[in-house]
Amino acid sequence: MSESRDPVEWYRRMRRLRRFEMRAAELVGEGEIAGPVHEYIGEEAVAVGVCAALRADDVITSTHRGHGHILAKGGAPDRMYAELLGRDSGYNRGRGGSMHIADFALGIFGANGIVGAGAPMACGAAYTFKLRGEDRVAVPFFGDGAMNQGVLLESFNLAVVVDLPVVFACENNGYAISSPIDEMLGGELVERAAGFGLPVRSVDGMDVRAVHAATSAAVERARAGGGPTFLEFRTARYSVHNIATGARMRDSRSEEMLAQARGRDPLERLAGELSGNGGWGAGGREAVDDEIERELEGAIGFARNSPRPRPETALDYMYADTYPDFPAPGWEQ
Amino acid sequence: MREMTYIQALNEALHQAMSEDSAVFVLGENIRGGMRPETAGLDDAFAPGRVLDMPISEAAFTGFANGAALAGMRPVVEFQVASLMFPAFDQIVNQAAKLPLMLGGQAHIPITFFLMGAGAGGGRAGQHSDNPYTFLIHAGIKTVCPATPADAKGLMLAAIFENDPVAVVVNANLLRTTGEVPAGSERTPLANGKVRRAGRDATVCAIGSLVPAALEAAERLTADGIEVEVWDPRSLLPFDKEGLAASVAKTGRLVVADDSARTCGFAAEVAGLAAERCFDSLRAPIKRVTRADVTVPYSTPIEHAMLPAAGEVEAAVRAIAA
Repeated sequence: MSESRDPVEWYRRMRRLRRFEMRAAELVGEGEIAGPVHEYIGEEAVAVGVCAALRADDVITSTHRGHGHILAKGGAPDRMYAELLGRDSGYNRGRGGSMHIADFALGIFGANGIVGAGAPMACGAAYTFKLRGEDRVAVPFFGDGAMNQGVLLESFNLAVVVDLPVVFACENNGYAISSPIDEMLGGELVERAAGFGLPVRSVDGMDVRAVHAATSAAVERARAGGGPTFLEFRTARYSVHNIATGARMRDSRSEEMLAQARGRDPLERLAGELSGNGGWGAGGREAVDDEIERELEGAIGFARNSPRPRPETALDYMYADTYPDFPAPGWEQ
Repeated sequence: MREMTYIQALNEALHQAMSEDSAVFVLGENIRGGMRPETAGLDDAFAPGRVLDMPISEAAFTGFANGAALAGMRPVVEFQVASLMFPAFDQIVNQAAKLPLMLGGQAHIPITFFLMGAGAGGGRAGQHSDNPYTFLIHAGIKTVCPATPADAKGLMLAAIFENDPVAVVVNANLLRTTGEVPAGSERTPLANGKVRRAGRDATVCAIGSLVPAALEAAERLTADGIEVEVWDPRSLLPFDKEGLAASVAKTGRLVVADDSARTCGFAAEVAGLAAERCFDSLRAPIKRVTRADVTVPYSTPIEHAMLPAAGEVEAAVRAIAA
């Protein structure tokens, strides 16, 4: 699952992303998730629109706020919840958690806990495709906050000078953690990328159609050997930076801004369009929503019923090639 | 067997690895067009794109290599000077070292960090004189310090074909040394130390460029009837703990010669291992010969004053072998 031109499918995916996060927040509230969770609610049109323009064999790198990207690229909710709940059946066998989910079979090179760190890796994957003569592309997702990370800016230059099939997907939600981007970023965001010689486009990131169209054009160009593109998706994050059991992060953003963002809600926008043109098909919106609820309920059940990793496996997977007494345990066994 | 220099041996290893496996490619700053002897001839010998000049962006090109490794390549990332890895530290420590475990075994990162120009003694001052292996080892990066031309080749080949990140730390002071090097592409296994000189009175565990220094000290000591065993671990992580224990069991005395910082340095780790595993065979306190805990100063007399050399190794052995 990745490429799709079907608006009902886009809605289904956006609904899946949103409800996945809402259920994850409930699990945080119930103390079932060990670490922090960065909710993607509000930004669904970006992940869904971008990934619907990608083939299954294209590659993405994701961020600390990665659940949406992974689901949109085809990630399975059951193995994702299992990872959040620290289960051995999770994507990373309970070794990564929320900020690190990956599925290499789906071209998901992983979420990442370090802002901007996935971008050079996407460039390296893209170079591999180029060397092998494959027409695959790589898409690093990152936020406006990452625009101040040196490694991301270095990656822009590298993608241009090595002429890589990369589409840089910048999710501008206006806030770097809780600092307004206007106070954190000198110059203008899109011009900054253009300064590296990247073709740039600024897109309404609350409109899945616009996201899909802009990404499709950039991907087509990259596939044909036309090089990298930078896309800014203006979007909004409804929730605080992150949530964790027993911790409450203060949201310094204004109610007015949040209300305005919710007024542009990407799901309601597409749902309104589908209702207006009779596009829903049998069962209507309700059938899709019910389907997602059942899917997520089953996925959470799968996660809860899965065993946790056994303590004696704590040292596993550090190395592919091991040696006697290596890696070393912390005390004599 | 043929004699060649250490740097020629490295070059031969790269040629052979690239011939053996089309997934191997080399990237770094200023490496094409015969600009540097370790990569000379590679861009003529192989298909375009397998020797890649990078912008001076260590963080990005290291991350780029990580991504290529995750996509199935075996990149060799060259840093012209070992200390240039510091701008790339996130990609080395947080990404290459940690991702395999964090991904739960989904992917491997068969990357080689080729750290040229390590070590001091050349008036290169603080920012070009590091032997940064302890930083890497602490982060879990497999690390080798070849001391001879044969090991430069064999360990480079082993590093490239290991399925994990491996740092090859190349000491600038060894580049022009010569020695016999096998023509084939045999790999020197990791965690496999080597007795460079057998002796019964004391073991000197010497790392990298301190191997020749320890051999020089051993020559001087033999005149006084002290027979030193020089043991070269060759790979620091993983480390040949059995090899160290066997040598110390034989001699009962241990000096560790490590050209990096003293506190939390590699010598401390070797001393700790020996204390845990060889306590009953030790007949004297363990001695460490290391750098002083200061930045390497520029001017020759003060630079040399803080660096370990043959004389310090000799003195340490005398202090415990009496």
